[in-house]
Amino acid sequence: MSVEFIYPEFEVIRNENRCIGCRVCERQCANEVHCYDEEHQCMKSDESKCVNCQRCVSLCPTRALKIVKSDCTLRENANWSNDTIKEIYKQANSAGVLLSSMGNPKPFPVYWDKILINASQVTNPPIDPLREPMETRVYLGKKPSRVTRLANGELSCELPPQIELSMPVMFSAMSYGSISYNAHKSLALAATELGILYNTGEGGLHEDFYCYGENTIVQVASGRFGVHEDYLNAGAAIEIKMGQGAKPGIGGHLPGAKIVGDVSKTRMIPEGSDAISPAPHHDIYSIEDLRQLVFSLKEATEYKKPVIVKVAAVHNIAAIASGIARSGADIIAIDGFRGGTGAAPTRIRDNVGIPIELALAAVDQRLRDEGIRNQVSLVVVGSIRSASDVIKAIALGADACYVATAALLALGCHLCRTCQTGKCNWGIATQRPELVKRLNPEIGSERLINLMSAWRHEIKELMGGMGINSVEALRGNRLMLRGIGLTEKELEILGISHAGE
Amino acid sequence: MKIEGQVRIPSGCAISAVISREGKRMSGEMITNSMRPMHDRSNGLGGGFAGYGIYPDYKDFYALHLFFNNRSTRKECEAFLKESFEIVQSEIIPTRKIPAITDEPIIWRYFVAPLKSALVSAQMDEKEFVTKTVMKINTELSGAYVFSSGKNMGTFKAVGFPEDVGVFYRLEEYEGYSWTAHGRYPTNTPGWWGGAHPFTLLDYSIVHNGEISSYDANRRFIEMFGYKCTLQTDTEVITYIMDYLLRAQGLTLEEAASVIAAPFWSTINSKEDVELQKKLTYLRTMFPSLLITGPFSIVLGYGGGLMALNDRLKLRSMVVGEKDDKVYIASEEAAIRTMEADVTNIWSPAGGEPVIVNVKEGAY
Repeated sequence: MSVEFIYPEFEVIRNENRCIGCRVCERQCANEVHCYDEEHQCMKSDESKCVNCQRCVSLCPTRALKIVKSDCTLRENANWSNDTIKEIYKQANSAGVLLSSMGNPKPFPVYWDKILINASQVTNPPIDPLREPMETRVYLGKKPSRVTRLANGELSCELPPQIELSMPVMFSAMSYGSISYNAHKSLALAATELGILYNTGEGGLHEDFYCYGENTIVQVASGRFGVHEDYLNAGAAIEIKMGQGAKPGIGGHLPGAKIVGDVSKTRMIPEGSDAISPAPHHDIYSIEDLRQLVFSLKEATEYKKPVIVKVAAVHNIAAIASGIARSGADIIAIDGFRGGTGAAPTRIRDNVGIPIELALAAVDQRLRDEGIRNQVSLVVVGSIRSASDVIKAIALGADACYVATAALLALGCHLCRTCQTGKCNWGIATQRPELVKRLNPEIGSERLINLMSAWRHEIKELMGGMGINSVEALRGNRLMLRGIGLTEKELEILGISHAGE
Repeated sequence: MKIEGQVRIPSGCAISAVISREGKRMSGEMITNSMRPMHDRSNGLGGGFAGYGIYPDYKDFYALHLFFNNRSTRKECEAFLKESFEIVQSEIIPTRKIPAITDEPIIWRYFVAPLKSALVSAQMDEKEFVTKTVMKINTELSGAYVFSSGKNMGTFKAVGFPEDVGVFYRLEEYEGYSWTAHGRYPTNTPGWWGGAHPFTLLDYSIVHNGEISSYDANRRFIEMFGYKCTLQTDTEVITYIMDYLLRAQGLTLEEAASVIAAPFWSTINSKEDVELQKKLTYLRTMFPSLLITGPFSIVLGYGGGLMALNDRLKLRSMVVGEKDDKVYIASEEAAIRTMEADVTNIWSPAGGEPVIVNVKEGAY
């Protein structure tokens, strides 16, 4: 070996006593880790190709396989970690920008885990969701500042366009191209069944999925892939993607290898050409330009669809959100720095942006201070992992949450964080037909429905414990939260008291 | 220890109210006595009353009731008021020394009218201007607290049991066409008179029994519109919500009730009247942050009427009774029987179902 050698990260441990040589692992691994040694009549593995996606482990009929972290390490160094050193080797080998997938894995504080939820005792009663109605329905959209009455004195019941959700959770943007046809179909089926929405991402909408339009958010990103009039009118809402939490300040790059067949057609770009979204929208260099795009989209859809503006949580997010609220947008989606991605430069993913919890708290408070909180709904995204994260986000001030990683996990993702290779063994982040077909959309949607139904139950239980029987009464209800192990400054930004106060 | 306003103090309570549809005036003695059988629903840490129609001689003026910590604060506050109000009468509110009520602040009332020039300069209507003035005194003038600010109505409250508070304020000397009363059972010792109820703003007064779970959602929403929740009590935020919905947004009482105690979506969806369904959906969608959850029974007093309302699950007791021109409302039937032994037609309104009683036009 040479100076270029980097010892593999994982080891494949095969229990020879259990292995029956059925070669399932070999067939299942798109990374070609496993092969059958005819001469010795046994399975072999090349662990240098292993990404630890657990596909072989999950499908091995005799549980003969496990993947473990390699214990071959460099000399320990608290400053120069193994990963840091290996990244230097990789860059010295390749001269390339390091690429990563999914959300920031670094040990930054997870504020959700430092916030605790209240419950009723004595002075008011908890409510039992099994015995009393417990409402999770929300409407997203602009609320007018005044009621108006008709000439006969009756209320005029006209409202700007609203999105109705049966629960305050939606599936976040993941483009067709970055994920597979079957993954999109699973999301569309589940959203329809659940009475919530999924989001096309920036890759357009496959013609097979126009029938799920009422449960679809169509996205317009800087590359404008697949954007045309019918597309804009196909969904229940339009989202302008200004930024993404995993990679604030940069665009996207879907390699030409993934621009095949229907992906090419849906994106309206030639097969094999790289799909590169610019870092900015080239018609938006300032807030007044955003206003023009918002109203262009509203004109194109006759003011029937709410317009969402999605931004990454960056340092000045409160002022940015305030600007967006005044730009005509109906909904603001804020994506925190732990949000996932199909591919992002590692340095950006791991170092740019701020936590969604702080961004949400700052934005909600700022919009209230300015008296314009009612002009927009707030959707937060960027590592919402459970029903309790949802409850905490809503109590901090969100109208709803987007989830993406959690949805992919439900579909089988094992968070190996190598989506950028396009060899997803679970049929999610790939366009290779033999891999895509591993994900059955019927089963996938059922698992998504199970997950969301479970969360809905948990949301109801948590709300009932607080004596709250409608999610509207939880929104912005920060008295229901307490911090644990947080500094005065963190508590001040979150707008909550410390546990015990 | 933090005082009320710096910390949120949950309370249990007793409420009681009476109104004459004919506008016949009743002395405050009856409502005081109605609180006696509900003694155990209070714990001596707050009681109060609101009377409507009690200042007929000054009915065109705002009656400001204030607590002052000391004489210099009163002087300072008077100087502030004189900048933008005509003060037609300024006097101490008569009280009776009794052992049950101690440590009283300086309790004063002014009958005032805002100066036209001040209204023009502030570009506000009269009510808006008075509201802003009350907020300003209560948040910025330390040691002064406006606890009543309506026309031809007044609030009387103190730390103590409500039946003692009524005696302390000599309520038998006032006559009103409607009265509401409140006894408080806070879980802490606020020891501050401003924390007692009713809570009022302009003509609106609220007596409330319960602890709402939506408090901070409601508070953070309503504070966008210039209201400042200085006491952190449910009653305060409910009063501001009612002021916002009824005065600022111009909703009817029924419409406001459909916002704060909104019917469940399942109930709305089952309505056969399509117009009603549309209206209820509109109100819930328009004002989601003003839905009040958790237990409450409230009586909202206003010029010429009362509205009683329970939370939509009816998690607090509230009964209504009638006799001739009078309607009685209370946490317990015993309170009503004290006011009118031969009361007829006693019922328990359903959760979220407003009971609105108006004095006939021209009789108040």
